[in-house]
Amino acid sequence: MSSNYEDRDRDFGFEREYDRTMPRGPRRMMRRKICRFCIEKVDLIDYKDVKFLQSYVPERGKILPRRISGVCAAHQRMLAEAIKRARNIALLPYAAD
Amino acid sequence: MAEKRTYEVIFIIDPDVAENEVMQLSEGVQKIITSQGGSITKTEMMGKRQLAYEINHKRNGTYVLLEVEGSGAEIAEVERRMRVNDQILRYMTIRVDEMRRRADKLKDRRARKAAKKTAGRKASKAQAQTEPEEEESAA
Repeated sequence: MSSNYEDRDRDFGFEREYDRTMPRGPRRMMRRKICRFCIEKVDLIDYKDVKFLQSYVPERGKILPRRISGVCAAHQRMLAEAIKRARNIALLPYAAD
Repeated sequence: MAEKRTYEVIFIIDPDVAENEVMQLSEGVQKIITSQGGSITKTEMMGKRQLAYEINHKRNGTYVLLEVEGSGAEIAEVERRMRVNDQILRYMTIRVDEMRRRADKLKDRRARKAAKKTAGRKASKAQAQTEPEEEESAA
């Protein structure tokens, strides 16, 4: 029975990501993301540090969500604030095309 | 309102303004602040750099950063002046003393947490050592 499930996962593994109605197989291996700021013990994120902030602003100019970056909630708040300030004084774009 | 506050004033000067005029302009801003009772603790000419988006059809700008200490009245005055000045494309003031205080608090909390952790480990170790002794005495 269990081997049967494994087979099915192999066949539909790709689609499962998009179709939530598919039966849930074993969980996809995902590396536990840890907050970079917590490790480096960052207390303050400077809005003037454009090069650094850019690593959290993908091409489109949006703020990288923390489900992708793995940043903790507290640091994501600080980061978002810094990015918004940088946008205000044209260090970062509001939106890029 | 006697409380001292620290602000960071950053503004962008029109790229077409000549360099000596840029200096004049930033000195003028500083003069406004000092005349209103504020004091300047830091000035930084960040130089000409590209803007992330167009402001008044300009793609570049000269950034000037000031750190100001004062009551807040001089910020109001200087912002009013900058608003009407066409040579200043954009300005932004940020209160940094509160931000720094918050950062210090976080640092404190982390230090305390770390201290507690090591203390707790020692305590549990000590407890582990005393427990078998108690059993022995009971036996």
